[in-house]
Amino acid sequence: MDMTGEYQIAANRADVWQALNDPDVLRACIPGCEELEMTSDTTMTAKVVQKIGPVKAKFAGEVELVNIVVEESYTIQGEGKGGVAGFAKGGADVRLTDGDGHTLLTYEAQATVGGKLARLGSRLINSTAKKLADKFFENFHDHLGGADKDGDKTVSDAPETKDAQSERA
Amino acid sequence: MSEGIGAAVKRKEDKRFITGRGKYTDDIRMENQAYGAFVRSPHAHAEIKGIDTSAAEAMDGVIAVLNGKQLKDDAIGDIITGWAITSKDGNPMNVGAWNPMATARVRHVGEPVVIVIAESQAQARLAAEAVEVDYEELPAVAAATRALEDGAPLLHDNVPGNLIFDWEIGDEAAADAGLAGATHVTELDIVNNRLAPNAIEPRSAIAVYNDIDDHYTLYTTSQNPHVARLVLSAFYNIAPEHKLRVIAPDVGGGFGSKIYIYPEEITCLWASMKTGRSVKWTSDRSEAFMTDAHARDHVTKARMGFDADGKIVGLKVNTVANIGAYASLFATATPTYLYGTLLSGQYNIANVYCDVKAVHTNTVPVDAYRGAGRPEATYVMERLMETAAREMGMDPAELRRRNFITEFPHQTPVIMTYDAGDFHALLEKGQAAADIAGFAARKSEAASRGKLRGIGYSCYIEACGIAPSKAVGSLGAGVGLWESAEVRVNPVGTIEILTGSHAHGQGHETTFAQVVSDRFGLPMDNITIVHGDTDKVQMGMGTYGSRSGAVGMNAIVKAMDKVEAKVKKIAAHTLEASDDDIVIEDGEVKVAGTDKKMAWHEVGLAAYTAHNLPDGMEPGLKEGAFYDPTNFTFPSGTYICEVEVDPETGVVEVVQFTAADDFGTVINPMIVEGQVHGGVTQGIGQALLENVVYDEDGQLITGSYMDYCMPRADDVPSYVLEHSTTVAPSNPLGVKGCGEAGAIGSPPAVINAITDAIGNNNLTMPATPHKVWAAIQEVGLPQAAE
Repeated sequence: MDMTGEYQIAANRADVWQALNDPDVLRACIPGCEELEMTSDTTMTAKVVQKIGPVKAKFAGEVELVNIVVEESYTIQGEGKGGVAGFAKGGADVRLTDGDGHTLLTYEAQATVGGKLARLGSRLINSTAKKLADKFFENFHDHLGGADKDGDKTVSDAPETKDAQSERA
Repeated sequence: MSEGIGAAVKRKEDKRFITGRGKYTDDIRMENQAYGAFVRSPHAHAEIKGIDTSAAEAMDGVIAVLNGKQLKDDAIGDIITGWAITSKDGNPMNVGAWNPMATARVRHVGEPVVIVIAESQAQARLAAEAVEVDYEELPAVAAATRALEDGAPLLHDNVPGNLIFDWEIGDEAAADAGLAGATHVTELDIVNNRLAPNAIEPRSAIAVYNDIDDHYTLYTTSQNPHVARLVLSAFYNIAPEHKLRVIAPDVGGGFGSKIYIYPEEITCLWASMKTGRSVKWTSDRSEAFMTDAHARDHVTKARMGFDADGKIVGLKVNTVANIGAYASLFATATPTYLYGTLLSGQYNIANVYCDVKAVHTNTVPVDAYRGAGRPEATYVMERLMETAAREMGMDPAELRRRNFITEFPHQTPVIMTYDAGDFHALLEKGQAAADIAGFAARKSEAASRGKLRGIGYSCYIEACGIAPSKAVGSLGAGVGLWESAEVRVNPVGTIEILTGSHAHGQGHETTFAQVVSDRFGLPMDNITIVHGDTDKVQMGMGTYGSRSGAVGMNAIVKAMDKVEAKVKKIAAHTLEASDDDIVIEDGEVKVAGTDKKMAWHEVGLAAYTAHNLPDGMEPGLKEGAFYDPTNFTFPSGTYICEVEVDPETGVVEVVQFTAADDFGTVINPMIVEGQVHGGVTQGIGQALLENVVYDEDGQLITGSYMDYCMPRADDVPSYVLEHSTTVAPSNPLGVKGCGEAGAIGSPPAVINAITDAIGNNNLTMPATPHKVWAAIQEVGLPQAAE
């Protein structure tokens, strides 16, 4: 599964970058995140509870930041184990550019799932992942002081009601 | 109304089934019973780097957490393949070792790694979630053709190139020469889609170890409890046979998937010994999708050549068969001796050649499932015949007629000797019942409603019984495939039949009793069928391959022959007549042509009181027999399917389905009809709906009924059934078997009908609306529907 997205964030690039590297911000913005601890400058462990279709599980995962170009881009990659629910792993290339009074964040992400998630939830993975990504950036946008604004959070990909089947086709 | 052979007697067993009083394995509760839950691999292919069971062990109710290494350390054997296949270069097959629980590497999603034993099922499952297995993922391969490519991930060190065997049957040079001289050659690329069996009752096991006697009892969902005991004893080292009792109580459907002795049953037996507790495990539906042996999964290239008269002059078939991560019990026989041997179909073909490459992949093991090899062969033959007729501008029925075998016995170039059949009669009966003459009118009427109507044929032949033992032994079978029975006449004259066949939906309690009722003229209420318990039944090879009638019932006949001889001797002695003058009729034992007679029960009583028996005769009236047939049996038939396709949506409706079958002697026509209904429905399921899908990483993505579509009542029409009978010469009853025919014959009829309707032959199973719609777009709408 591949996803791309683009978000306008009402903050300057340095602030966005800092927030993207702040475990407290990430913990607050990642949907279902219960724990997130830095284990080094570029690695962290996380616990996230998610429900995908009929499968609800707590994922324990390790996340790593690589290809870091300060205030411009990084690749965030990780793997989460959900016990009998299976596993999910993937990564995203995140890039920041200056926009007109905002910072433009673009990402390209890939994810794969295995175990029960694949068996029972595969047709729901794309729509769920997209929803989670949007929720994260909505939270992230709000966290950076954009709570009073709406309507311009995303300039592309507002797939909340997109049908899972048509995405697979 | 008679209760004998040919009577449509209602099923005796249904009273308990439809009132919910069947007793299935999961209904059984033992004293001191604990529950097992398995930790299964989420990966298609991975090394096990470590297993941490500490958290699970500390949880409430947990009795033990056991892994594959411990099982291996206790000398529990690896799971065997029951049929040795030799490659065409003379080398034996290579199969990967299959540990009941993985020790170092997992090779398919769902492979068991650890079993947790706990006081309740919920506690066991919860604790299983707490077991941490550290995996190092390896590249995986799910498609058999990809697994053969250079550089594909390798599953087993002893299986180079993932190739288990490269087997052949027939004469390649002769087939090539036939094809070279053909005036027309039809070529097809054929995929036979992978299926999941989906018996309504999931697999279940209760293992009971008694340390006082060092004795095991296994209650399990088995089609062949004696074979299970044999294999558990001889190969898995659970216990010698006299220390192991296997009981298969009511079993809710098998279709082949309950032939095999799976990792879970073996592990439960061992775990019962380790813990001193009775251990129960019952599969949930999700586990069933990733542990019950899958089916089919062939990729085939086929070429069939014809002369100017439409006579077949050569057939060459190259098949790649996906065996899955491990070679299950009949996995190697299914795509070879149950497949290549049927590639002459109903046709007189001098030159047939077939090559089969069997391949390991990171998928659930594939094994026999209703039809087992014969549906794949029939699909190849009947798709070729229909396609060739269209290409040559011939009527598909006429092309078949020109090639039918008409003289029996007929030796095919692929081992089989067909001993009886009348293929012309079946085709005629089928065509008359399907009203072929009226098809053109039905098609134009459908067109007026905007529907595309099409018709397709399938003329199948199959081989049933999987016996004689000498024949299957010479082909590599690890066991003999006879059957055994015992007839116990009680002192009051009632009868118990103990059979090695096993009923899991077939209605043996009715049909077997009918055979006995017919023989002795006794009411069926006086006859009980006992099966499914190794401590009761002397021996048995079980039920699969449509063999309960052809082999199992004939074993009863053989035992009844012995009973009858003894009854006649006792009666002759008592009535002072000659044995030869005694006849048994309507429950009476008479001296022919006189009024001298004894009631049946009087003979029974005389046998047990033993006050007045002929000199030297043993008391009692109980006889056993082992029956080994002289040939396979060969059911055959013509199936004709009519479909209507909605060109806007690609939705296919099967509007008419006619089955004309030759099953030899029919014991109970109602039960035979039921078997055809079920088999055809499974075949329509394969043709239209069912498909197991793995993604490129070897993840099973059709693991529930959300994604794996089973046929429902509204997917099938009311069937039209016909019979045309030639008696099987190889067994005393003349029966051929009917359990698998429907699933064998129907898929090509459905696909032939759809491709006729849409005018595009490029269509694979399952013909989902999306695929059919795309196929219509590929060629444009046929004229008739415009």
